[in-house]
Amino acid sequence: MADTAALENSKKIQTLRKSPASLLRTAFEAGSVAGTVELREVPFLTMAGLRVDPAGDAGQRLGALTGGLPSASGEVRGSGDTAVLWLGPAEFLLVAPAESHESLGGELPRTLIAALGDGQGQVVDLSANRTTLELSGPRASAVLEKGCALDLHPRVFQPGTALSTEIGGIPVVLWKTGDETYRIFPRASFAEFLGRWLLDAMREYASTEVP
Amino acid sequence: MLLIPCPNCGPRDETEFHYGGQAHVAYPENPAELTDREWAEYLFYRDNTKGAFAERWLHSTGCRQWFNMLRDTVTYDIQAVYPMGQLRPATGPTAPTVTSPVSPEGAVK
Repeated sequence: MADTAALENSKKIQTLRKSPASLLRTAFEAGSVAGTVELREVPFLTMAGLRVDPAGDAGQRLGALTGGLPSASGEVRGSGDTAVLWLGPAEFLLVAPAESHESLGGELPRTLIAALGDGQGQVVDLSANRTTLELSGPRASAVLEKGCALDLHPRVFQPGTALSTEIGGIPVVLWKTGDETYRIFPRASFAEFLGRWLLDAMREYASTEVP
Repeated sequence: MLLIPCPNCGPRDETEFHYGGQAHVAYPENPAELTDREWAEYLFYRDNTKGAFAERWLHSTGCRQWFNMLRDTVTYDIQAVYPMGQLRPATGPTAPTVTSPVSPEGAVK
């Protein structure tokens, strides 16, 4: 079948493609301080940009599919391993595992486009737009505080919150996925710079504390 | 650095925003009928207010939405934030009404 052949071909392409921060993979491993602050790239996550009025018919249909659309800044909705991040009053970013992409046998963004149908709005496959850097560890927020003006205190910025902001002058979406885990979504062309910026900010935690 | 209260995202750094110039500059009803001078005045002439000034801002790094802001050009005090299309609210009491640039706080009396 033609579909199977296309799928086989795209799987071949998956083995050849390079993620935006793949150049820094060894540097991330070397720069991570186990148990203190660790950095890695989570490549090729499936992302889709949704622009739709959440109260309208099309918004309801998309919301039913994704486990709801967030209604306020910072909110993240979703079901299972699919999350929808709030970017604007009528703009959302859907993030799902790499295997969910239709080129790997998944259903996204095909099902979203089908759910939107003729309704007002748009669904765009943005999987190649941004990459994902995952910063974790007890010192992760201290690293981010060096270049992010948001209030990152756990009392204010709680797990399950995502905000678009700037880190080190780079526009990113910052998503706090756990108590000490952050996912940072820079645009692909900024990924290398931001990766190096984070490595530099992490460097002091590799040396022993001076009493 | 200004801390600007975005109506959607809450207070954020000024670097996340873009300035959109003076607010409430209406597009001419019949642009073709304007003289060159009137057209130039519409395009290029803006108020240079000392005190409360209504201006447009775009939260370009955040929610990417435009909004209006009433800001004091002397004290940088943000007096009001209101949606696009809404009329300018009355000038707040914190605007310096007297000509004492040395101490704007003195305007409170």
